[in-house]
Amino acid sequence: MNKRIFLAAILSLMAALTALPASAQTPTQAPDAVVKQVADEVLQIVRTDPKVQAGDPARVREVLDDKLLPHFDFRRMVMLAMGKNWRLATPDQQKELVEQFRTLLIRTYSGALAQFRDNQINVKPLRAAADAKEVTVYSEVIQPGGATPIPVDYSLVLSSDGKWRCYDVSVGGVSLVTNYRDDFNQQIKAGGVEGLLKTLTSKNAGAK
Amino acid sequence: MSAALLAALLTLGGCATTGTAEGDDPLEPFNRAMYEIHQPLETYVARPVVDVYEAVIPKIGRELVSNFFGNIGDLFSGISGLLQGKFDKAGDDFGRVIINTSFGLGGLLDFASDGNIPRGGEDMGLLLAHYGVGPRPYLFIPLLGPMTARDGVGLAIQSYASPINLTDNDVALRNTLWGADILNAASTGVKASDAVGNIGLDRYTFIRGAYLQRRAYLSGDKKFGHIELDENYDDGYSTPPAGNETETKTEDKKDSTP
Repeated sequence: MNKRIFLAAILSLMAALTALPASAQTPTQAPDAVVKQVADEVLQIVRTDPKVQAGDPARVREVLDDKLLPHFDFRRMVMLAMGKNWRLATPDQQKELVEQFRTLLIRTYSGALAQFRDNQINVKPLRAAADAKEVTVYSEVIQPGGATPIPVDYSLVLSSDGKWRCYDVSVGGVSLVTNYRDDFNQQIKAGGVEGLLKTLTSKNAGAK
Repeated sequence: MSAALLAALLTLGGCATTGTAEGDDPLEPFNRAMYEIHQPLETYVARPVVDVYEAVIPKIGRELVSNFFGNIGDLFSGISGLLQGKFDKAGDDFGRVIINTSFGLGGLLDFASDGNIPRGGEDMGLLLAHYGVGPRPYLFIPLLGPMTARDGVGLAIQSYASPINLTDNDVALRNTLWGADILNAASTGVKASDAVGNIGLDRYTFIRGAYLQRRAYLSGDKKFGHIELDENYDDGYSTPPAGNETETKTEDKKDSTP
């Protein structure tokens, strides 16, 4: 093999490696610490903010936007829920699907936020390799009145900006994304990606 | 709309997709018909009955009822756990039953939970699962809700062997107890239905998925794993702020505020 080509290849590879942003793949905070911090922050607000307790939609939305939603990777959620059908969607459709799915979850959960007031969230220490890119953080929701604690598992992925983001939540063994997989597939079988998008959009419009 | 959906499902029913619950529901057309029957029954029978129950019997009374049937459930959980070789769980369950039946006045009070003795959470359906009985087919039964054939058999065993039947010579007492059992179950069922709410695109599919996932989880079956994504996919978080990703923008805005 020609020595100069070999050298050029090495040099370009090194150049490519140094060009990568230093922050990429370097987590800023441990995933279990992220879950704990977000849970503590949101619970603190739910317990002390009278507007949230009264269910003021604008304030609830603000809390979700500021504290909770930045920690979710909705695009990955939709990708996983759609599986191989994701590639059938155009980039515009993909963007719209993610936006509509996000809206659906916000609508569903904003009404329930105030009800978490009397719950405790116990985040368990993480057991994962230090260089893991995907982890599951286990936690327990302790309800008032001594009912059996509910296991809640958060699946997190290390995003390319070095932050951990949640892409699935399992409550008592029921994964949100897995449940939507059946639901989405069925809509796609009946009406294609366009049909899924239409159902999502009209559901969000109808829920107003 | 649902007829079109049904037709589409019938024609495409042969296609297998990974990780879906579809293969578990060979009786889907029948089940959907049962689901359609269930909906008005839930709205116009179960809900009003539960509303009256909750209006007439104060919360403390309903808790006593719930504890009483929970105690019977713990007994079956203990038997199921024992026969599965889960001796720790079975020990907890039998301990709970002994404490609650004696000090708890026949199970009306739940002292065992106050004493932090956990519920095993087993049942006869999970015992059948442990010995290799498959869950199929999935069934939707009006008023009872989602169920697998396996769990239906489990439920039948528990009803047949229930200590309530010991009161057979006192028909009035027996009927009262079965009535309370049904009210208690209906109250739980309506709450579960509310919890599912309107989150899914197709409610039937969503309930089926949640039920099958839950039972698979309880029976230690790992079939509902995550599907893997290509590691090198673009997650959109590395794009510069000038990009068109709305998520990146909100992140930047948040970071810049002190």
